[in-house]
Amino acid sequence: MRVGVFICHCGNNIAGTVDVKKVAEETRKLPGVVYATDYMYTCSEPGQDEIKEAIKKESLDRVVVASCSPRMHELTFRRTIEKGGLNRYFLEMANIREHISWVGEDKELNTNKAIEAVRMAVAKVMRNKPLYSTSFKVNKRVLVIGGGVAGMQAALDCADGNLEVLLVEKSPSVGGMMARLDKTFPTIDCSICILGPKMVDVAQHEKIKLYAYSEIEEIKGYVGNYQIKIRKKATYVDWSKCTGCGECMEKCPTKDAYDHFNFGVAPTRAINIPFPQAIPKKAKIDPKYCRQFLKGKCGVCAKICSTGAINYEMQDEIVTEEIGAIIVASGYGLIDMDRLPEYGGGRYPDVITGIQYERLLNASGPTSGHILRPSDKTEPKTVVFVSCAGSRDKSIGIPYCSNFCCMYIAKQAILTKDHIPDSESYVFYIDIRSPGKGYDEFTRRAQEDYGAKYIRGRVSNIYPKGKKMVVRGADTLLGTQVEIEADLVVLATAVTAAPGAAELAEKLHISYDTFGFYMESHPKLRPVETNTSGVFLAGAAQGPKDIPASVGQGSAAASKVLALFSKDTLESDPAIAQVNTNACVGCLKCVETCPFGAIKEKELRNGRVVAEVIETVCAGCGICTSTCPCGAIQLQHFTDNQLLAEVNTLCQS
Amino acid sequence: MTEREYAYYAGCSLEGTASEYDTSLRLVLKMLGISLREPEDWSCCGSSPAHTVNHVFAAALAARNLAIVEKTGLQTLITPCPSCMMVFKKAQHGMTKSESFKQEVNELLDEPYGCGVIAKSALQVIYEDIGLDAVAEKVAYVLPDLKIAPYYGCILNRPPDIAQFDDPENPVSMDKILKAVGVEVCDFAFKVECCGAAFGVPKRKMVNQLTYKVLSMAQDCGAECIAVACPLCQQNLDLRQDQVNRTMGSSFNIPIIYFSQVMGLAYGYSPKELAMDKLIVSADHLIRSRVPVEEFRKVQEAEAKKKKPKTEKAGTKEETTTEETK
Repeated sequence: MRVGVFICHCGNNIAGTVDVKKVAEETRKLPGVVYATDYMYTCSEPGQDEIKEAIKKESLDRVVVASCSPRMHELTFRRTIEKGGLNRYFLEMANIREHISWVGEDKELNTNKAIEAVRMAVAKVMRNKPLYSTSFKVNKRVLVIGGGVAGMQAALDCADGNLEVLLVEKSPSVGGMMARLDKTFPTIDCSICILGPKMVDVAQHEKIKLYAYSEIEEIKGYVGNYQIKIRKKATYVDWSKCTGCGECMEKCPTKDAYDHFNFGVAPTRAINIPFPQAIPKKAKIDPKYCRQFLKGKCGVCAKICSTGAINYEMQDEIVTEEIGAIIVASGYGLIDMDRLPEYGGGRYPDVITGIQYERLLNASGPTSGHILRPSDKTEPKTVVFVSCAGSRDKSIGIPYCSNFCCMYIAKQAILTKDHIPDSESYVFYIDIRSPGKGYDEFTRRAQEDYGAKYIRGRVSNIYPKGKKMVVRGADTLLGTQVEIEADLVVLATAVTAAPGAAELAEKLHISYDTFGFYMESHPKLRPVETNTSGVFLAGAAQGPKDIPASVGQGSAAASKVLALFSKDTLESDPAIAQVNTNACVGCLKCVETCPFGAIKEKELRNGRVVAEVIETVCAGCGICTSTCPCGAIQLQHFTDNQLLAEVNTLCQS
Repeated sequence: MTEREYAYYAGCSLEGTASEYDTSLRLVLKMLGISLREPEDWSCCGSSPAHTVNHVFAAALAARNLAIVEKTGLQTLITPCPSCMMVFKKAQHGMTKSESFKQEVNELLDEPYGCGVIAKSALQVIYEDIGLDAVAEKVAYVLPDLKIAPYYGCILNRPPDIAQFDDPENPVSMDKILKAVGVEVCDFAFKVECCGAAFGVPKRKMVNQLTYKVLSMAQDCGAECIAVACPLCQQNLDLRQDQVNRTMGSSFNIPIIYFSQVMGLAYGYSPKELAMDKLIVSADHLIRSRVPVEEFRKVQEAEAKKKKPKTEKAGTKEETTTEETK
């Protein structure tokens, strides 16, 4: 066996704290190693050429690259040795950057650790077997989760690219947060006027199948071949019969149901269509408030409905679909005002959130676009906006900036002046963050043309005084305390991950950060990919994002799916589990532990029962390997022998 | 009820200006089945002056007292004065978090402190250990005229990391305890507002302004009196109320009562027993209408009969409409 070892300096990233020359020198002494060298950037073109040349000159049959994490460059070097004429699985990487040079400062200790890491990789590579991928057919249907602006953009772009699209939206209508906004910054164009046509396109596109008021129940399979289950939640209205006339909503006797679309700023009926432009425009019953469900009698809507669409017995329905790729655009949530007790949100009716104010401004909102404060339905003359209500606040566990609040507050201040010309707006801010195109000019306009008074400082307390709300805060530019008597207070509450984001991530096998936002594959270079192949991200599910950025990501994710589906077949990963039928005793414990359902029972010709791996389903996680009591099931490329060889080498050194 | 024993650190205020807090609290705790043991030879907690000079020294003053309690085998120390309590909690927090700080403190002490005592306010013990049900069980009298604004002050539950009790911005424990003894509690927005604390001596005008705000907010929310759990708050609001009236041109006459006195009144102790006569602004006019629970119910039933409502719901509706038309 002839092993070649290539040690990378990674500029100073590795060479700064690891003596790479010494690692190469020590490596040359190892049995089996016939060649070892170091190079400034092994991943560069000359670096890769050096590997290919060495394979020829030194007749290498195994290669070890000691550099960064395999997550970064394993694929790069596999391709390199393949071009050099070796099977791509004859490569091992020793991660001497993330595991060693970046975390340790002592050069001598680092060097010793790097030598050991290389020794382990050499021991393993000598036991590596050639593996070959097979190609499999791709199901060119794409699932888009979330029907906000990012998800709709992704769905439309995929559909225009001739892919079949399933769009699953958990609320009764597509549109997401953008459908709730009144105007959009920095152009002050009407949100629903620009979004509405997109919503109609989604509904009418022959390539898009819309599952509204539905959620993802289960996802099985792998890139190119997923089997998914969609839960169509019971609406208690047969949507094939419902015409969206709204008669039921008018006659419903329950007038205090929580309005999810309006974020509870005003009540709605127990049976309702969320908003006039809803797509699909269908009614739905909220059983938490419906008298028929609570008291067992009422039935007004059933009597009223001229098409007989009401069905109180309706149950959730599970639909199975097959798809090949997934775009996750599940959006964001907002923190509960209860988490900011000093601001009294939830206790005082005239302290509301930014999105609630958006509904008060909106012509199709509960006040028909007249700004009326919730407590006494009067027009507020003084409105105070509190930015960073929860954002950038470590004490409640949200250290990040919510990205778009500075801009929408400026917009709301401008709109307030438009609606009520003799009103005054105050904005408490920490910093004004307006780096987008035309954004800074916009915030300046709010101050200079619309007279919004910006006060740099945080609000400490909001309390009622008669009919007014007193907002007490610091003016850090003047170095004084300020108290403003307001008629209405608007909190720019912090953006959070969407409710249920973590559960969805587990189903998708994608990772998420401390705050529940989904992790992109690389923050700069792979912004819409995840580390799970076939799953892509769009919009605020990945982090707080405004409309232009969400739309951009929606299109980007769609282009990634179109690129993936431009081929008819994909290569399978051969690093999956394999059963040695001679050793298998047929206990089938592996069948139970496999999280992917990739192992099934098989009867041999002699009647003996053994386990069998379904190659296309296995994700190569290795759980079965550690479950098997007799070592009969082995994960290829990570067999017991290969891993023990590494451990033995480490223990002997 | 089984008798529970707690250590009890009265502190200097409760032996002097706040003796009525001490008297009433002892009665109430006894009624709730708590016996108290005072640490022998207790010394000054250090209060505000110590920690403004030296943190180790401040912790040592506190830890000396905690060490005495520790020796008795009791693990919870009831500390009615929030200032003492915060000093104890801070010492405990610092000494458990940092081994080196603990060593520094213990070097100053004759007997080292092993960090085995948790100081709690009387409010916290009643709220968490006794529970609202047990608090309500003992009620014997109704106080129909007592509309209370609960005032917690600044340090009873702050900073949250050290206090580890109730919400730092909108505490509710005193609200709930007072409601449990049947008193009407107002929605008071200045629960944790500053009373001016010890600045009454060097900056009297500022303190008068601050207490003026608290008193007027109480009046605005419809309260007849303010319930407190801190000797200094009580002093600033009660003793200086006349000063406030003179400097701010107001005419407040708002009794400032310890929450333990309110509980004691509901439990049937006489105003004399509860040392209500120590209050500067008298609460006599508010507690004169106190009646035993049974008597109160009889009166209520009689009133309800007079109205003869058809159904319960219709009855209440009628009631409100007639009141409105009046």
